[in-house]
Amino acid sequence: MEIFGVPSALLGSQLLVGLINGSFYAVLSLGLAIIFGLLNIINFAHGAQYMMGAFVAWIALTKFGINYWAALLLSPVVIGALGVVLERTMLRRLYKLDHLYGLLLTFGLALIFEGFFRDQYGISGQPYEVPELLQGGVSLGFMFLPIYRGWVVVAALVVCFGTWFMIEKTKLGAYLRAGTENPQIVQALGINVPLLITFTYGYGVALAAFAGVLAAPIYQVNPLMGSNLIIVVFAVVVIGGMGSIMGSILTGLGLGLIEGLTRVFYPEGSAVVVFFIMVIVLLVRPAGLFGRA
Amino acid sequence: MTNNDSMFARAMPALMTGLFVLGLVAPFMMYPTFLMKMLCFGLFACAFNLLLGFAGLLSFGHAAFLGSAGYICGMLVRDLGVTPELGILGGTLAAGALGWVFGVLAIRRTGIYFAMITLALSQMVYFIVLQWKATGGEDGLQGVPRGHLFGVIDLSNNLAMYYLVFAVFCIGFFIIHRAIHSPFGEILKAIRENEPRAVSLGYDVAKFKLLAFVISASLAGMAGATKTLVFQLASLTDVHWHMSGEVVLMTLLGGLGTIFGPLVGASVIVALQSELADKVGSWVTVIMGVIFVLCVLLFRRGIVGELQALIRRSGVN
Repeated sequence: MEIFGVPSALLGSQLLVGLINGSFYAVLSLGLAIIFGLLNIINFAHGAQYMMGAFVAWIALTKFGINYWAALLLSPVVIGALGVVLERTMLRRLYKLDHLYGLLLTFGLALIFEGFFRDQYGISGQPYEVPELLQGGVSLGFMFLPIYRGWVVVAALVVCFGTWFMIEKTKLGAYLRAGTENPQIVQALGINVPLLITFTYGYGVALAAFAGVLAAPIYQVNPLMGSNLIIVVFAVVVIGGMGSIMGSILTGLGLGLIEGLTRVFYPEGSAVVVFFIMVIVLLVRPAGLFGRA
Repeated sequence: MTNNDSMFARAMPALMTGLFVLGLVAPFMMYPTFLMKMLCFGLFACAFNLLLGFAGLLSFGHAAFLGSAGYICGMLVRDLGVTPELGILGGTLAAGALGWVFGVLAIRRTGIYFAMITLALSQMVYFIVLQWKATGGEDGLQGVPRGHLFGVIDLSNNLAMYYLVFAVFCIGFFIIHRAIHSPFGEILKAIRENEPRAVSLGYDVAKFKLLAFVISASLAGMAGATKTLVFQLASLTDVHWHMSGEVVLMTLLGGLGTIFGPLVGASVIVALQSELADKVGSWVTVIMGVIFVLCVLLFRRGIVGELQALIRRSGVN
């Protein structure tokens, strides 16, 4: 079976890779958007925190025999807690300054984390085995679907929509949205805004770590795995605009798919297609697809 | 203007003359290659400072200008056999043109988005350089000859090369100094301090931002082209986003929005890197990160900014 002269198995598998990348873009840009909403800071360390999430899972497995499923919970908690410490000790001092200082501080943190892990583990990747339950694959007739890859997409979507539900439909989410609109008034109404900010940063960081654990069996666990990814995610955020939670999710998934298609029809362009789309969006709709001008 | 500010203004010509003389005699006291590297990065940081320190625009993509100018200059000199001064000019113009493209796109957004857009665009440049055959991919552009300046002066002599680099630095520094102390520079500062006000006074803010961006990109390119001649090499590290971060660090450490700060910051970072590179390995990245964090948290005025504040305080007492 061929579509546009391309074997359907190739098209299907590249679309699946695109969908997986898109899932990571969605989870990471969602975390960035939540943090930006309340803290007005772009978390440059997001890629490093994603990488550390994968490393915590790998260390847990190889050193302590903690399996994948426990790591899926443990790693976001550990890295989220680290995020809470960073917010309390450092980021907190910058809220009154220009937002750019937050970007610079988290950039410095990203360098520290990446440099440290590179020194400890080198730049060659560490393999992480797919958990037993998710090994193997199924044939869908037109293509072969490795079960783990299907799981990654499902898990990422569940987390994304869970987060969307929490923000749009729960009381905590209402506080969060109100805090994004006007923190002073929310504080005056008796809600502990500093605590809310700390929680938000911790949660955003935990999302990155969760994505890291999901990524560990697909890509190798590597100190530099987050550093190029985060720049693509920045472009995703510029394209989508950070005003809308659902917008971040949809933009992430959509761009992953487009990247997958590009890999089939024009492989040389796959590394830059997201940036190229960013340029077009900036020319046509500068505020971003879902942004408020 | 307070007494202290006029004191700085009076001291400036003497300081400039002193530094100029120091620049002339420096290669007899220190290793010229190290000095050339320092001056190239110093110019790079000064160009960056024009944008961040005076116009308040944080570009996280300045490596694209440094690197692409380096590649263009290298290709002109090595593959087309032009003279070095034309190579530098070509690199500078190419970086300026690239800066115009970046600027037109990035000034459509402000603040954090501006930084993210410049970063993403420079990553695009990085991938193009990586994949394009003419740039040598992973190996970079190797074996660029220094050639003869104006077809006469042999630059393979390190001392001759040094004075060319010093001249290029002085030209770049002069352009930046003039830009800052002109009506154009005052308008840039006005935009940095209060953009809506500048708009309401009738200034075409986008035009001024774009011009500042193009000047900054061109001069960053001039530094990159010169650096390629010095090291006879254009490499991927020059276009990588780490380099964009490094120039932010140099400027921040030296003193944002000060005249000499970026030069001081660049010297410190270059010296630190060459001291540490073979001793601590990947800890260099960690140390750079720590300096970054400390600068942001405790030391936002930078070395020169803190010194100025110190002189001001002692002047009052």
